[in-house]
Amino acid sequence: MATLDSKIPDGSIADKWENHKFSMKLVNPNNKRRFEIIVVGTGLAGASAAASLSELGYRVKVFTFHDSPRRAHSIAAQGGINAAKNYTNDGDSVHRLFYDTVKGGDYRSREANVHRLAEVSVNIIDQAAAQGVPFAREYGGLLDNRSFGGAQVSRTFYARGQTGQQLLLGAYQALAKQIAAGSVELHTRTELLDVVLKDGRACGIVTRDLVSGEVGSHSAHAVVLATGGYGNVYYLSTNAMASNVTAAWRAHRKGAFFANACYTQIHPTCIPASDEFQSKLTLMSESLRNDGRIWVPDTFDDSRSPNEVPEGERDYYLERKYPAFGNLVPRDVASRNAKTVVDQGKGVGTLKNGVYLDFADVIDRDGEDVVRAKYGNLFDMYENITGENPYKVPMRIYPAIHYTMGGVWVDYNLMTTIPGCYSIGEANFSDHGANRLGASALMQGLADGYFVLPYTIGDDLAGRLGEAVVPTDDPVFLEAEAAVNSQVDRFMSIGGTRSVDWFHRELGKIVWDYIGMERTKEGLEKALSEIPALEEEFWKDLRLLGSAATLNSSLEKAGRVADFFELAKLMARDALEREESCGGHFRAEHQTEEGEAQRDDENFAHVAAWEWTGADSVQTRHQEELIFENVALTQRSYK
Amino acid sequence: MSKQLNLTLQVWRQNGPDEAGHFETYTAEGISEDMSFLEMLDTINEGLVQSGQTPIEFDHDCREGICGTCSLMINGQAHGQEKATTTCQLHMRKFNDGDTIVVEPFRARAFPVVRDLVVDRSSFDRIIEAGGYISVNTGAASDANLTPVPKEAADTSFDAAACIGCGACVAACPNSAAQLFTSAKLAHLNLIPQGQAQRFERTENMVETMESFFGSCTNHGECHEACPKDISLDFIAFMNRDYVKAKVKNRKLAGQT
Amino acid sequence: MAATATNPKGSTPIFRRKWQLPFPLNIYQSSVGRKWVMALTGIGLLGFVIVHMIGNFHIYEGPVQLHEYAEALRGLGGGLFPRTFLLWVLRIGLAAMFILHIHSAYSLKERSRKASDKADFVGGEKKYGSKRDYVAANYASRTMRWTGPIILLYLLFHLADLTWGWWLGDDYVLGDPYHNVVASLSSLPVAIIYVVANVALAIHIFHGTWSLFQSLGINNPKYNELRRSLAKLVAGVILVGNLSFPVLVTAGLVDDDNRKCPVGDVECLEKEAKEH
Repeated sequence: MATLDSKIPDGSIADKWENHKFSMKLVNPNNKRRFEIIVVGTGLAGASAAASLSELGYRVKVFTFHDSPRRAHSIAAQGGINAAKNYTNDGDSVHRLFYDTVKGGDYRSREANVHRLAEVSVNIIDQAAAQGVPFAREYGGLLDNRSFGGAQVSRTFYARGQTGQQLLLGAYQALAKQIAAGSVELHTRTELLDVVLKDGRACGIVTRDLVSGEVGSHSAHAVVLATGGYGNVYYLSTNAMASNVTAAWRAHRKGAFFANACYTQIHPTCIPASDEFQSKLTLMSESLRNDGRIWVPDTFDDSRSPNEVPEGERDYYLERKYPAFGNLVPRDVASRNAKTVVDQGKGVGTLKNGVYLDFADVIDRDGEDVVRAKYGNLFDMYENITGENPYKVPMRIYPAIHYTMGGVWVDYNLMTTIPGCYSIGEANFSDHGANRLGASALMQGLADGYFVLPYTIGDDLAGRLGEAVVPTDDPVFLEAEAAVNSQVDRFMSIGGTRSVDWFHRELGKIVWDYIGMERTKEGLEKALSEIPALEEEFWKDLRLLGSAATLNSSLEKAGRVADFFELAKLMARDALEREESCGGHFRAEHQTEEGEAQRDDENFAHVAAWEWTGADSVQTRHQEELIFENVALTQRSYK
Repeated sequence: MSKQLNLTLQVWRQNGPDEAGHFETYTAEGISEDMSFLEMLDTINEGLVQSGQTPIEFDHDCREGICGTCSLMINGQAHGQEKATTTCQLHMRKFNDGDTIVVEPFRARAFPVVRDLVVDRSSFDRIIEAGGYISVNTGAASDANLTPVPKEAADTSFDAAACIGCGACVAACPNSAAQLFTSAKLAHLNLIPQGQAQRFERTENMVETMESFFGSCTNHGECHEACPKDISLDFIAFMNRDYVKAKVKNRKLAGQT
Repeated sequence: MAATATNPKGSTPIFRRKWQLPFPLNIYQSSVGRKWVMALTGIGLLGFVIVHMIGNFHIYEGPVQLHEYAEALRGLGGGLFPRTFLLWVLRIGLAAMFILHIHSAYSLKERSRKASDKADFVGGEKKYGSKRDYVAANYASRTMRWTGPIILLYLLFHLADLTWGWWLGDDYVLGDPYHNVVASLSSLPVAIIYVVANVALAIHIFHGTWSLFQSLGINNPKYNELRRSLAKLVAGVILVGNLSFPVLVTAGLVDDDNRKCPVGDVECLEKEAKEH
């Protein structure tokens, strides 16, 4: 398909990035200041890109809807960041990280991108350490590593349980340095509401000042979207409350293909919802599964307290089904099995929506002190949230949405199908295939921002020297602003009866039930009929109060939920069309006899990228074939 | 079944930075004790929308105690009465049935109210911009293991870096001083080898920027008590020392040991 | 300062320096530096309080010894300087420390007040709708701004009372401090003033001693507990020592009875002192 040119460079896998760096056109240092670049989002990807681009000399405008760049949700990542440093001398290498990532992604990612990611992973650690990121260290003062998410080598760098926070602070500080130097213009509490094109090329964005409600435009030579993932479409997720798909979706509506929307990642160890009004799910480190044993009562609707259930009436279902890996089966397997038992009616807790993660055995074996030393902070967090003491009563856990591998389609240069518009970090679809390895999200966000985009953006800009930015009073901007204003007016004037949260919650239930951990044809079709019905109701019965000329978080949310409706439909369609199971996408119709995901490499070893064709028609599905020259496609087995 | 609480709330409502605010009383019935404080506010807002009143604006985002967006003075205490806990991690089981809870924004002149309980904390960003960074351009870093950092120094640096920039220290301080925030951000970088080159310049600039927004510390220690991340007062002493050192030291000799 | 395009309200500095003073005066321009000055002058004043108290213990030895102590102060420096020269140097130094201590305290309080100005700040205490439930700030730290002025007023009273003799009038005998002290403290209202003021002083010193390490940055987490203990010790010793004077005089244990030299006979005191 001509429209999907991934622009993968020539050469052997290890040479592609090197070759590409040499073949790309450069912008003379003195000319960089003649280019303006807009970066939307200040998470790991956005902040690192904005800082790096402005260090190169570009004039950068950076936008965040938060009150400070430091609040982006990258801050919540706990586990760590992978890098092929091989400091532990256990046989890691760029190639191994590349291989593991492609395999972990269930062979649905682009080899060239993943190899580049593994190559620059080492630079990220150097950069972060030099910025003062307080990584964990050994007594000799050198960096400590741990094995994470079932990896066979210790390649994960970490900063207690707050690696994301510390890396984000590093990127934020780099950004602050550039703001102080006057080369980055910071716009806080400002949300992107449209991407503007002139003659088919991105020329700027339309934003709304969340405090004054003012809608305005900003123009630039290039627009970079670093706006994160769309997990919040599920309503209950581990994402932050304000995380949304709006920027990516607005770009999609303007011509950016949206790829692999059905690839979502579930995290198996989250605290289950306690009531209807629960606003988010809290993730607990997966490391808990190293020592905890997962079980449910044998009997249905068992209302006994866990300690009253005798050993003989407990079903340690993971140990039973997967004797070799037991409780340490991969995320998706653990998650799906939890769903199966809960759906059977064996769920535990008041809402029957969890499974037990029991530490009684390890406490018996090693003593409470040892367990406290290992997991003390997690146990405290659990007790704080649930009011139950996990030293005495088994924890209740349930899977939750945590990361989205799908996103805006980008080529090797991270450019979307809109020329001049780039997408980086979780917002794009690129490197994780159908499933992301633990501790790779931080790696990808920073790789894109620090070490990929600053190179590739120049290749496109070099040919545009002397081109002026499109003035913001150009009709293309005025039209886009008018459209945004009319959408705001439309929201404010619906005057229905239900709050935006209500609609979001209802949408979330549909998406979770039918496009969640396990998808079926019937379910997806049902989603495709229920979502539009709810969407229609949304546009009729939404009630927004207050004014559009002040801070109005319900209004902000209405715009985001409206886009979630459209996204949810695309997710269902994408899941429906992908007649196979792979990674985070599990179609019940396509499983092995052992209940494993069954890929169909012959028909689906491709990226599905959807093209917006108008509000009243269904998007067109395009395919980018994935060619695997360096890894052999295998079927997983955890028996 | 979880316990249900009936509560009376007095919430600060204010339309904008330059408008006068006032307390509004709301009743919250059937609040589950498993709710977080913010979910309780969500529930009230849901009720307000039903009855045609403008919902209460409050700052929040990650709801897992790490982003530093949520704020609120709850019964006169920043982030409520629980020690080392953010508002989003404060759960209703810590309250009693029939309680009256007073909810106010963080107050300081440098934290103007944006609306209701939302305040503007951008002065914190200005402090960071004044020097809260290590100037290393992307790509300029040498191998991460080239500079060993003593484990204890790295750990203490982390203790400081754990600051989430929520502003509770300023809110709790009778002087509206930002010493705890600034010293934590400063100590994070000043304590490790990577931060030494700019140590004194950074200290001078950050302290002086801080002082252009905030009041003066009187060593009460309220900030530490309010801090959701338990940042130590020791960092303030450390900052005071480095500041005067910065003024007195001949930095041209910094290369000599 | 960074130029941000959308300038949120909270981005505007409240305090701006009009000019930069040369070193070392620029240290005093900053709050942190001013706190240093407050701590350093505090140490000086604390030293004075302790020395003054120890000196005053001579009262328990009798009128002669107290006179001798007073004379020794005037003759500080031996024959190197004119008589009372060094004493005046000390006095001027003390006065300077007082002024700096008070100025730094007052000006910092003003800064804090302004920093809380638009936040419904009333009369020294930041105002929240609900009663502030102080957790860490103790009575001592919160009352520094009250104990300070009390001590200042007391100091003026004390000078007027025992240095200038305004109240004792004809009963004031220059050169017989023993009598002056006894005469003054024998009046119950005066004794009460001394008690109240010295309690305030001890409270002030308690927070001051703890706080000065913090302000000076002489801090090692290992010693934090010791600092607290030291503050208690210093404040306690000063409280007991200084309260002993009014208490013992009021109790009648220190009085003008049984003196070798009659009240007012300074020559006798001098003679006795020489023999001593």
